[in-house]
Amino acid sequence: MNGEKQKKPVYISQIVIKILSYAVLIGGCLMVLIPIAVILLGAFKDGKEFANTGVFQLPESFALDNFKTAFFEGKVMRGLVNTLLMIVISCAGTIMTGTMTAFIIQRFDSKMTRLIKGAFLLATLLPNISMQVTVFQIISKIGLYNTMAAPIILYVGTDIISIYIFMQFLGQIPVSLDESGIMDGASYPRIYFSIILPNLKPAIATVLIIKFVSIYNDFYTPQLYMQDERLLVVSTVLYKYISSTKIQWEVVFAGIILCIIPTLLIFLFLQKYIYSGLVSGAVKE
Amino acid sequence: MTTKDGKNISFRQWLRTYEGQKLYVSILFLIIPLALLLLFTFLPAVNMIGYSFQERDQFGVDPKFVGFDNYRKIFSDPDYFITFKNSLYYLAGSFVQQIIALLVASILCSKIRAKGFFKGVLFFPYLMNGVAVSIIFLRFFTKGNPPLTQEGTLNSVLMLFGAEPVRWFDPSNTFLVNCCLVFVSIWRYIGFDIIMYIGAIQSISPDLYEASDLDGANPWQQFRYIVFPCIKPIVSLQLILAVKGAISVFEIPYIITGGNYGSSTFVIKTIETAFKKKQVGLACAMAVVLLVIIIVVTLIQKYFFREGDEKPAKNSKKEAA
Repeated sequence: MNGEKQKKPVYISQIVIKILSYAVLIGGCLMVLIPIAVILLGAFKDGKEFANTGVFQLPESFALDNFKTAFFEGKVMRGLVNTLLMIVISCAGTIMTGTMTAFIIQRFDSKMTRLIKGAFLLATLLPNISMQVTVFQIISKIGLYNTMAAPIILYVGTDIISIYIFMQFLGQIPVSLDESGIMDGASYPRIYFSIILPNLKPAIATVLIIKFVSIYNDFYTPQLYMQDERLLVVSTVLYKYISSTKIQWEVVFAGIILCIIPTLLIFLFLQKYIYSGLVSGAVKE
Repeated sequence: MTTKDGKNISFRQWLRTYEGQKLYVSILFLIIPLALLLLFTFLPAVNMIGYSFQERDQFGVDPKFVGFDNYRKIFSDPDYFITFKNSLYYLAGSFVQQIIALLVASILCSKIRAKGFFKGVLFFPYLMNGVAVSIIFLRFFTKGNPPLTQEGTLNSVLMLFGAEPVRWFDPSNTFLVNCCLVFVSIWRYIGFDIIMYIGAIQSISPDLYEASDLDGANPWQQFRYIVFPCIKPIVSLQLILAVKGAISVFEIPYIITGGNYGSSTFVIKTIETAFKKKQVGLACAMAVVLLVIIIVVTLIQKYFFREGDEKPAKNSKKEAA
């Protein structure tokens, strides 16, 4: 008797909690998906239809005209190409400079390297966006304004988080590996290229993911340094749409969808790495 | 390689020894990163502090030393000071964000179907392009340009339920405008906190749950007495980071409202002052103020979390495994 009495209420409250849990999750997902779904629906409508139908109304046909307009005339293609180019060059640069810096600081422990490490850590404190007030003047003085080199050099040169991630990871690679290299008579550059670099692969993957997401989504740096039409990137293409006087919303929506697709694909394929990569990156900030 | 005979070692030979290698490899490997660090981080920082005491235009023609005038202006001119008030909206918003994220994370750690799907959907906004997010929400709150019209997605939903449409970006109601922007900010960033908290909760030993199950604890009691104490350091770390985040808000309000309708933030104001009004001196003073705030917050964080610093990283690794 007694046992039954105790069991029943627990059972009901568990069901209630389950239902509430799903309600919270489904509600959350609707919050995320509805605003995006509206954009997706709008992207298929033509100008007139867009103006005259409600936001939830399905489009008459799923024609891809808006996507074509956005991709070619709307310069989304150029934005994607430029962004990709920037990402590839910056990633290559960051991996080179980041792993080399981390290698020296982590392996050659001396007063000098400790000082340099301190300098890099100090730099993480500086707020990136408002620093641009004076960085801008240096960039224009050395003649990099309105070139793709400006953002790239900033993505490579002011990325201290990556160095930090590499240093952390290097700390887990046993020094005895280096020593065995030395026993075999390998020079330090050789040790770096054939022992350290291959062992850093997981850290490099993490940095690549963080780099991709942050450069693909960065708005302010390209907006400030690349005003030239030919240098549009994903963010600035989209921003250009809404800052013009006459906005064709259905094309803007198609542009947004086109710009989200690469992110979505990468997320679907690299989900697991993205969760851990981004979290470990941000924690170091 | 090296002979014991000191005379025979030339400089070139010395470079081949490990001692010599250390030197030239260090120089070779560090020269570019250090040059970039000095040129694009420390030089601008020093300039920033110097300029902040000057009245100075974009090209630095004929700068005038004005002492602390720029700083005085930031804290006395209501046009500038209001931006501090606006960051309080974002600070309050991030408290709400932490609470919701914690709730969702603990739900996702219980026995739930389609966990991966829910986690993925809730996290995805964090990866989306900020400009895309901002335009999506321009559309969510209004029917686009000008941003004051009313028939956005949200009003359509409200009207489905028979409610009156609301003018979300009402210039006379700055409270509502800022709340809308804070909502967008939560929408975009909450997925990240959820993932962090899931990692933290999963690192708690399952024995504790089993023991509490045997004792007949309900989910709330489990959360209150097991989960929360275990993840408290991360929650407080997040709250401290929220202060940094609140003062550095930029992208979402800049794109959605352009800082209009009383929604300007400290960073938007800094950028406007520098690149629209071309008052570089004043903008530098603002950047220095931001820097000081961030340093103070970081020192507080370092002071309280000297040991807890490494915890979140470990948890995230566990999550990946």
